[in-house]
Amino acid sequence: MSDATDTSQDAVPGHLAGHITSRVGHNSGDLIEGETGPWEVIIGLEVHAQVVSESKLFSGASTEFGGEPNSHVSLVDAAMPGMLPVLNIEAVRQAVRTGLGLEAAINLRSVFDRKNYFYPDLPQGYQISQFSDPIVGEGRVTVDLEDRESFEVGIVRIHLEQDAGKSVHDRLPDRTYIDLNRSGVALMEIVSKPDIRSGAEAAAYLAKLRSILRYLGTCDGNMQEGSMRADVNVSVRRPGDKLGTRCEIKNVNSIRFVRQAVDYEARRQIEILEEGGAIDQETRLFDADRGETRSMRSKEEAHDYRYFPDPDLLPVELDQAFVDEIKASLPELPDAKAARFAAEFGLGEYDAGLLVAERETAEFYEAVVDADGAGRDPKTAANWITGDFFRRLNADDLEIADSPVSAEQLGGLIDLIADGTISGKIAKDVFDEMFDNGKDAGDIVEQKGLKQISDSGEIAAIVDQIIADNPDQADEYRSGNTKVAGWFTGQVMKATQGKANPQMVNQLLQEKLGG
Amino acid sequence: MALDTDTVRRIARLARIHVDDADLAPLADELNNILGWIEQLEEVDTDGVEPMTSAVEMVQRLRADAVNDGDLQEAVLSNAPEPNDGFYTVPKVVE
Amino acid sequence: MAALTDLTIAEAGAGLASGEFTARELTDAYLSAMEGARDLNAYIAETPEQARSMADASDARRAKGAAAGPLDGIPLAIKDLFCTEGVLSSAGSHILEGFAPPYESTVTQQLWDAGAVMLGKVNMDEFAMGSANVTSHYGPTLNPWKAASGDAAGRDLVPGGSSGGSASAVAARIAAGATGTDTGGSIRQPGAFCGIVGMKPTYGRCSRWGIIAFASSLDQAGPLTHTVQDAALMLGAMAGFDPKDSTSVDLPVPDYTAAMTGDIRGLRVGVPAEYRMDGTPAEIETLWQTGIDRLRDAGAEIVDISLPHTKYALPAYYIVAPAEASSNLARYDGVRYGLRVEGENLIDTYERTRAEGFGDEVQRRVMIGTYVLSAGYYDAYYLKAQRVRTRIADDFRAAWDSCDVILTPTTPSAAFAIGEKMDDPIAMYLNDIFTVPASMAGLPAISVPAGLSGDGLPLGLHLIAPAFGEETLFRAAGVLEDADGFDARP
Ligand SMILES: [Mg+2]
Ligand SMILES: [Zn+2]
Repeated sequence: MSDATDTSQDAVPGHLAGHITSRVGHNSGDLIEGETGPWEVIIGLEVHAQVVSESKLFSGASTEFGGEPNSHVSLVDAAMPGMLPVLNIEAVRQAVRTGLGLEAAINLRSVFDRKNYFYPDLPQGYQISQFSDPIVGEGRVTVDLEDRESFEVGIVRIHLEQDAGKSVHDRLPDRTYIDLNRSGVALMEIVSKPDIRSGAEAAAYLAKLRSILRYLGTCDGNMQEGSMRADVNVSVRRPGDKLGTRCEIKNVNSIRFVRQAVDYEARRQIEILEEGGAIDQETRLFDADRGETRSMRSKEEAHDYRYFPDPDLLPVELDQAFVDEIKASLPELPDAKAARFAAEFGLGEYDAGLLVAERETAEFYEAVVDADGAGRDPKTAANWITGDFFRRLNADDLEIADSPVSAEQLGGLIDLIADGTISGKIAKDVFDEMFDNGKDAGDIVEQKGLKQISDSGEIAAIVDQIIADNPDQADEYRSGNTKVAGWFTGQVMKATQGKANPQMVNQLLQEKLGG
Repeated sequence: MALDTDTVRRIARLARIHVDDADLAPLADELNNILGWIEQLEEVDTDGVEPMTSAVEMVQRLRADAVNDGDLQEAVLSNAPEPNDGFYTVPKVVE
Repeated sequence: MAALTDLTIAEAGAGLASGEFTARELTDAYLSAMEGARDLNAYIAETPEQARSMADASDARRAKGAAAGPLDGIPLAIKDLFCTEGVLSSAGSHILEGFAPPYESTVTQQLWDAGAVMLGKVNMDEFAMGSANVTSHYGPTLNPWKAASGDAAGRDLVPGGSSGGSASAVAARIAAGATGTDTGGSIRQPGAFCGIVGMKPTYGRCSRWGIIAFASSLDQAGPLTHTVQDAALMLGAMAGFDPKDSTSVDLPVPDYTAAMTGDIRGLRVGVPAEYRMDGTPAEIETLWQTGIDRLRDAGAEIVDISLPHTKYALPAYYIVAPAEASSNLARYDGVRYGLRVEGENLIDTYERTRAEGFGDEVQRRVMIGTYVLSAGYYDAYYLKAQRVRTRIADDFRAAWDSCDVILTPTTPSAAFAIGEKMDDPIAMYLNDIFTVPASMAGLPAISVPAGLSGDGLPLGLHLIAPAFGEETLFRAAGVLEDADGFDARP
């Protein structure tokens, strides 16, 4: 559950509560040096991911985001008397697909339970969720970080459950407004083991999980719209000690905030412990404006959710063929793709990771490398995409799908560098122009006369001229200060508006200055 | 396992039913009477017996993922005590 | 000619078909009978205008030769637990006072599709929690029967419950038939108390969609009628697969009246030893023996059987049903419909709304249900009860090896006076001691009027069949009915 009153520390059954971390050791860089010595931070995430489906988990109302309040609401979602839930097969399929994507065990028999509590945006007075028999069991996610070895985060379970409605508190001072459009939308709750050791790792885990779900097409990962939210469990301990008391930071809705929340919360706990205090097991909120976590005011009582199997629903029994069919349709996932990119294209682990993080990027990359069997240099293609291409997408705040430069066009630009038509430096300017107006590289080079000068006679004449015009610098070079060569190169490039073939310039300069 | 008044108060709170303090003790007696009678179930040997999950032997039917419901704003609000602007409203929730 | 309201559904159907009278005439007869019987407090909402327009529509269909079937033009009473579009559907509770749903329950919709006419909504125990129809927010319903002698003589009697309004209305002939719901005996026990037939089908046979939930794993809709044949006719229209109810069973609905062949030769009738309980009045034992004799005389083979966990069904029921109810009734929070009692803040508003909106028995059961599900008690109570339930179902499964149908009394006593057993919940619960085991196992069962008590009050015999054995049930019940020749009237 994800509502504000859900202060449960054991939404997951006790024996699965994730107190067992499968991670051995830690990166020493993650230890936090306190006043009294080093501390280790232990983090586990419960991620609520909205299932991609047309209709809700138990009703035929639309899952579309937004809309008039209470318009995407069926009688079932409003919990009118006598209404009954009927399970959406697509939600089941998506959960199984997600489980398979996380290399998890699929439970062929699972049970929907009722989690009972009162809250105005929970119309039934209970949330239909899965408690002791979730649809997906243990799995794993491999997480990569830029400058270190990748690590594995264990998945405890994934269960399906209903989302709650939305409470709007700011329309009137003494009233809360309730919109049930989200009520009943299918969520997957993905519970990790406490295998995460820093804010950066937590952020990287969430980013990786998001990437996998987007590959699978089971969650759109749109964190602004709340399609993914994380409950972050944080505790600290002396390295090697038993686990400390944890706090749960609810509903953190961006990857950056997860990192900030963990970093803040870890320091807060360390400060308390170092002053001789104790950590209260509690639910906290992350205040993004202040960059800090704070205790929730409404934790006035302990919850007792009185879980029991929903008598309106029978146990879900899947046959292996259903699972196998989904398995056969799984796309190549980021890890497999990265491994293939490394093997096939000779890319480094980090570059490969960057290229596969989004399915669209990976597809774009493969198109650049091999559009129409062009067989372009994979490393050059990788450098262009992770470099200038990403730079412009970010600067213009564009998704890859909206890029004004197509994979074929970028490939065309790379071809012009490869065959010596333009220099790499000129190419950057050409690329920016392509990005600005969507033209092909060849046309821009043609129109602006940007072709590289590779005529050695023409370059030699210019080199001669510049040496003649700058006898002092030439003498300096000849007397042993060869660094002056760079200055001469610059002068030649300036004279040719950067079009001179740089290799030829260097070679000729060496000959003529040395000669 | 007899209920004391504190437990009755806690249960009433969980069930969101207001019970006046004066009524807690008589209510505890009533509930204890029923629970005492129920305790005869302890006589039944249920070792190794699966709890019943459904009175009918059938498997969960699954529905196709189609939008064929909703768009009932007026209907779902038609019995609301205090609808406003398409919303249900309640006394302010303090968080 | 007898009054139109004296006819059974089958007889009225024949009269309509032959043009002897119109649906409008039949309906008007019931509407005026209802006016004359308001002191029974059976109806909590009469719908005369709707009734007349439905009757007129029926007559118009018939005139075109397009009558929908045996129920076309038959005036029925609907238990207030069924949601009926635009018409009060309150479950007999203050918390749903004035609630007019913008939808129609599947079962009632099927009845209207079959041409039946709605006379109104009938009284019931609040949220179907009770066995005497005394917990309704609208006050008790009276049993049209009066005791000729004994303690209860001269006093108003309960009609049984929770479908007390349904049973009273049919017995008093202010409805040709009525819908009821049965969770632990709520159709069969009032049927027995009012001298009519009450039938609970197999769990999953009728859709629960649009029926206000009490205990989801037990609730089933069923008919209350004068005759077994009428029950078969009504169930034929009420039953059927509904994709909107995940526990509804996708099986074709047989012609139940065709199953009533009158021939039970060779039918094996089980008589469970454990239903002979201490303290059961001798006249109930006698009634039971009479039923056994009559079935044997009709050619059935009587088989002694054992259902060892019979006595544990009731206490297990009083865990399972309140547990489910505590959760099912959480939606009555004053936010989206029904009563709202504004408090100092949101939680206070919830607590005041539910304290004022729910009556004592409902509060008691919600509290019990909340407790048995709460942390630390779930295993000892709820899980234990569900395990006992498995044993009860296993008892029946084993019994079907040696018998085809089981005969027991319906109730341990005849109707009692209003006010009795009110301060002793367990005494009240014991009314359902014979009906609850079949409920716990989800089995179909029927109560057939079988004689009068020494005080002149009706008593019922109870038949239980295997899951989806409704046809066997109707066949055996029809024979029992014929043999009894029960024709006493209140
Ligand atoms: Mg959680
Ligand atoms: Zn959750």
